[in-house]
Amino acid sequence: MAYTADKPKLAESSDELRARIPGWGVDLDPKDRPSVPQERFDPTLNGAHWEFPERQPEKWPRERSIEHTFLTPVFGTSCPPRGLSGMIRRYSYRRYSEGRAAHWLLLLAADRVDVVEATFASFLTRHPDNPITETGVLSEFTHHGLPSRLGGKRVDRVHHPLDPVLVAAPWVLAAGVAYLALRRVAGRTRN
Amino acid sequence: MRAMVYRGPYRLRVEEKDRPPIEHPNDAIIKVTRAAICGSDLHLYHGMMPDTRVGMTFGHEFVGVVDEVGPSVRNVQPGDRVMVPFNVYCGSCFFCARGLFSNCHNVNPNATAVGGIYGYSHTCGGYDGGQAEYVRVPFADIGPSLIPEWMDDDDAVLLTDALATGYFGAQLGDIVEGDVVVVFGAGPVGLYAAKSAWLMGAGRVIVIDHLDYRLEKAASFAHAETYNFGEYDDIVVHLKKITDHLGADVAIDAVGAEADGNLLQHVTAAKLKLQGGSPVALNWAIDSVRKGGNVSVMGAYGPMFSAVKFGDALNKGLTLRMNQCPVKRQWPRLFEHIRNGYLKPSDIVTHRIPLEHIAEAYHIFSAKLDGCIKPLIVPNPA
Repeated sequence: MAYTADKPKLAESSDELRARIPGWGVDLDPKDRPSVPQERFDPTLNGAHWEFPERQPEKWPRERSIEHTFLTPVFGTSCPPRGLSGMIRRYSYRRYSEGRAAHWLLLLAADRVDVVEATFASFLTRHPDNPITETGVLSEFTHHGLPSRLGGKRVDRVHHPLDPVLVAAPWVLAAGVAYLALRRVAGRTRN
Repeated sequence: MRAMVYRGPYRLRVEEKDRPPIEHPNDAIIKVTRAAICGSDLHLYHGMMPDTRVGMTFGHEFVGVVDEVGPSVRNVQPGDRVMVPFNVYCGSCFFCARGLFSNCHNVNPNATAVGGIYGYSHTCGGYDGGQAEYVRVPFADIGPSLIPEWMDDDDAVLLTDALATGYFGAQLGDIVEGDVVVVFGAGPVGLYAAKSAWLMGAGRVIVIDHLDYRLEKAASFAHAETYNFGEYDDIVVHLKKITDHLGADVAIDAVGAEADGNLLQHVTAAKLKLQGGSPVALNWAIDSVRKGGNVSVMGAYGPMFSAVKFGDALNKGLTLRMNQCPVKRQWPRLFEHIRNGYLKPSDIVTHRIPLEHIAEAYHIFSAKLDGCIKPLIVPNPA
C-alpha cells in the first residue's frame, strides 16, 4: 500500500493476463510503440514532394489568426463570413490573438448572431428552419427515449430539462417579439 | 450532392449542396461510403466550439472512393478505396517533419494552436467534413491510405479517429508492465484506450462512466473492471480504496468537454459556454492517479480556459500528456493488431443510419438513447 515501499500485488500475473486477454503485452516495449517518441524528425516520412506547398487561390479575403505570418498555403473554404456575424468574426481575427479571451468570446457571440441571421433568412426561402425535424427530437419516440433516460444511474438526468429550454428559448422569444410587434402595428392601425 | 448542414445549436438538416471542387493541385474529391459521428462532433452540435458557422458540414471520420484528383496527386487515383485521417496536414512543415501531423502549421489559417480537422469549425481550418456524399481532401498524397482489401468500411472508418485516438491515448500514458490504468469514459475512445492498455501490458484496467450499458460494453469488449460513478458519493475516494490508497499509475481522460459528475462544471461549460470544457473527468484523473503518475488527455476541449486543478497536478508531480492523435502514425501497427484478431473496431458500432436521418442520429447519440455507443452514417445506402 501507499504507506510502505512495495507496490500492491495485482490479482492476476502477467502470464494469467496473457492467457485471458487476446494480444496482452504485444506492445509491451515502450520504445516500440508508433508514437514513441512523440517527436521524431524525418522529413521524408510523409511522401511530400514539395518543400513548401503550392498556394491555394484566395477567392475572398480569408480571415486568419494574427499569430500566423501569412495565410496558410491551404485552407478550408466552407461558409465565408457574411452579414453582422461575419463582421464580428473578421474583427475578432483582425484584432485579437488566440491568447485573448475576447477573441473566442467574440467568435462565440458571432456564432449566435449567425444562427439568428440564418434562421430569419430561411423564412425567405422554400426551406424554412423546422426545429422539430432539425433537432431529431422525434427519435425520442422511435428509439426508446424515456426508458433510455430513466434507466440506470444516469447523472445527467438532472440537466436534461435544460436542453429543450436552450433550443426552444430563442424561438419562444422570437415569437413573443413578433406577437408584440404585430399587436402594436394592429393597435396603431385601429387608432 | 446531399450533405449534413449545421443550422445552430442542437439543429441540423440534410441539404442539397454543390459537390466540392478541386481547390489545390494536391486535392482529391472522395465519394464517401461510410462516415461516423464522433463524440467530439457533439461539442460542435451543442454550439461549444467557437466559429462554428451555420451551413458547415461536420464529419471528420469517413472513408470512401476517390472520385477526382488534382494535377499533382501521385499516390491515389480515381476508383481507389481510401481511408482518410481526421487530420488535414501538409507533410512538410516543421511539425509534420517531426511526426506531429495533428499540429500541422500549413493548413489552418484561423488558429496556430490547432491543426486542420475536417468538418470541425473554422477554428480548425474551415474545412467541410465527410457527413456528405462527397468531401474535399487536401494533400491527397499525404493523408489518405488505401484500405486493405481484407478490411471492411465499418472497421476502416473507425481507424480514421476513434481507434487511433484510443490507442494513442494509451501510449501517452507510458504504460509499463503491471500498471494500474483507470480510463474515464466508456465511449468509443475510452473503450479503445482500455483495450489498448492491455496490449501495452497493463496489470489492471478500470473504466469509469455513469451509463450502465457502456460499462457493460467496457467489461465485455475491453475486459475492464467497471464502476458507475453515479453509485458513489465520491468516485476519487472509491478509486483510492480499490488501489490500496495508492491511486492508479496511469489515468486517461476519454471524456472531454461535456463531462458530467459536477453540475456546476457541466452547466457552465456545456450549457452556458463559459468554459472551454467541463474538466470533471480530467480533475478526477488528476486526483485519482498516484503521485508521480501519468495523466493522458484524449477528451477534446475547446480553446477557452477551463477550471482544471493544476495545483494538485503540480503538487503530485504528475506528468500530463495530451495531443490530437497523429492518426496515420498508428495505422501500420493497428492494421497488424486487427489482422491478428487483437482488435475488432466495429464491435462497438451500435447504429447504422442513412444520411437523410442524420438529425435523429445526432439526437440519439447526444442524448445517449437506445444504447448508443457509436453511430455510423451511410451516405448512399444500397
